[in-house]
Amino acid sequence: MKDERILLDHGSGGLLSNRLISELMVPLFDNAFLSMQDDGACFDVPAGRMAFSTDSFVVDPLFFPGGCIGDLAVNGTVNDIAMCGGVPRYLSAALIIEEGFLIRDLEAVVQSMAEAARKAGVLIVTGDTKVVTQGAADKLFINTSGVGYIPKSVSVSAGNARPGDVVIASGTLGDHGIAILNQREGLSFDADIQSDSAPLNHLAARMLETAGLDVHVLRDPTRGGAATALNEIAAQSKVGIRIRESCIPVAKAVAGLCSLLGLDPLYVANEGKLLAVVEGDRAEKVLAVMREDPFGRDACVIGEVVGEIAGAHPGRVVMETAAGGERVVPMPAGEQLPRIC
Amino acid sequence: MAFDTQYRDPDLCRRLSERIRSVCGRQIRIMEVCGTHTVSVFRHGIRPMLGESIHLVSGPGCPVCVTDQGDIDAVIAMAEMERTIVATFGDLMRVPGTRSSLRGEKARGCDVRVVYSAEDALAIARANPDRQVVFPGIGFETTAPAVAASVIAASEEGIPNFSVACSHKRVPPALEALSAKDDAAVDGFLLPGHVSVVIGLKGYADFFRKYAVPSVAAGFEPVDILSALLRLAEMIAAGSPGLENAYGRVVTDNGNPRAREVMETVFYHVDSAWRGLGVIPGGGMALRDAFSGFDAFRRFSAHPTPAPPPAGCSCGDILAGKALPPDCPLYGSACTPIDPVGPCMVSSEGTCAAYYQYGGL
Repeated sequence: MKDERILLDHGSGGLLSNRLISELMVPLFDNAFLSMQDDGACFDVPAGRMAFSTDSFVVDPLFFPGGCIGDLAVNGTVNDIAMCGGVPRYLSAALIIEEGFLIRDLEAVVQSMAEAARKAGVLIVTGDTKVVTQGAADKLFINTSGVGYIPKSVSVSAGNARPGDVVIASGTLGDHGIAILNQREGLSFDADIQSDSAPLNHLAARMLETAGLDVHVLRDPTRGGAATALNEIAAQSKVGIRIRESCIPVAKAVAGLCSLLGLDPLYVANEGKLLAVVEGDRAEKVLAVMREDPFGRDACVIGEVVGEIAGAHPGRVVMETAAGGERVVPMPAGEQLPRIC
Repeated sequence: MAFDTQYRDPDLCRRLSERIRSVCGRQIRIMEVCGTHTVSVFRHGIRPMLGESIHLVSGPGCPVCVTDQGDIDAVIAMAEMERTIVATFGDLMRVPGTRSSLRGEKARGCDVRVVYSAEDALAIARANPDRQVVFPGIGFETTAPAVAASVIAASEEGIPNFSVACSHKRVPPALEALSAKDDAAVDGFLLPGHVSVVIGLKGYADFFRKYAVPSVAAGFEPVDILSALLRLAEMIAAGSPGLENAYGRVVTDNGNPRAREVMETVFYHVDSAWRGLGVIPGGGMALRDAFSGFDAFRRFSAHPTPAPPPAGCSCGDILAGKALPPDCPLYGSACTPIDPVGPCMVSSEGTCAAYYQYGGL
């Protein structure tokens, strides 16, 4: 593309908009639905249940170790559909761009979206681009929505956890949030911490193929981290959840940075991890297939679902601490704040 | 979580807590002076390990919590001034002043930024020479040296648009104030580990000479805390109070002389209003005359006026160890972490926030 920066005209619907779409988006997203350049995409769907989800991405910085806003936006919606038990197929992408944004940065983001879609096996079939005046948005915001079909003999919901189920984490927790924090705040900790941004649909599909209806809950613990996701599951299923701190996988560098900053990795965001609640006697089998997947290699059991926790209100999450104590894992009130002493 | 695992060893923790229980002849009251201890006790589930043997009360060791509302109001007034940037530790954002908070002022368009150190605030000042940058100096002897270093740097570089609103506090005078009260209700102090790194065990010598209350400097891992509690329990059972160090891997008798030197170059000791405890003689710090040009309160003529606590708020009694959060009429109803009234609910290390978050066990 000839221009160096995004101009208001790129969102005008006129020639410059057209060039942005036909020279940048269409070739990279590369599918017949988008190439038609109709007002929307028309496609056949299999009979049965569909999953539909949407998510907006405003991450700062746009580029960070392990990913950028582009792959994050695709993986985010892919994962939300996968966590409904769905097989994601078609995505929309809507970009809100601040006037003056560098076109080479936009190219890098779109490239990363295309790559993420290819890895997840989904097509970006329709989209929209708006340009707003400088200061009206921070560089680039992306919304993605997506649809997928839900295979027969799949029924996952945060309300399905039952006493006797086990809780599985697909890998180390807290990587994404700490990678962003380290980059954004210029903390200059010389640690190799990468975002875990990844599509989880193939991993989820393996689990569902193996255990079908015995997979009761799937959740990707994004904002608010694993603690928030577990609390939501406990509340919606009206059960207690008991986890063991010594079993919770946290990368050493992440644990170290969390410890320095006074953060709890259980509350830090993930973008390529899932929590699963599965029938107790199927756990080993599910774990085995998870570990065959590149995004589930470190999968492990972190706890179990219980009917009632002595002394705790129902719907609560309790953790056996590594030191041998016990405590409630509460729902967070707001963002975790760094400590000052 | 493979971090500091040797200090979280469950067998060792179990043996330590069994010994604590067997040593304690009666229920003893220990005040953990530091907010990081309060959180660590909850986070690692230490209370249930101790049973009824030790009653842990949380002291005035969260710097945000003991900062007087008047100081917060003064900083908010600075945030409202034209062409001013307030660069602050994140903990301060939600603390309610008399009529607003820094978070509220930011939403109204004031330039309030969260930083992780005074050095970051100084960098903002360098990058914005046409704006005034104010850093609220909140914290004990732990944070004060780094803030002092930034003032020295600003002075040497001649950065005219940087200033510090100094609300720094000193721990030993607070221990004296707590012990001097007729209704002092603690049998021993768990001394703050990070403060002790700077002031050393000797920093508490005057306090201990006057009051002879068993006091042990402790780290923040479960084994650190339990080891220190065991020593306290042994001293109390034997009736032989001592001033001891159970955090030998970082705390020394003399502390960190360089940090103290920097701190004392910039600050001197002043009487200071602590929220909940009142004015404590020598309990605070202020900028020395040589650095008064960097004193934000002076520069903006925004001097803190002590403000009355919010009606019904028991933070004062809680900070003094005289009441527990559930004793407060506002706790959990009018005052929650989402909508805090008192300072103990605001900070992540506040006693009320810790009780609210981890309560139920």
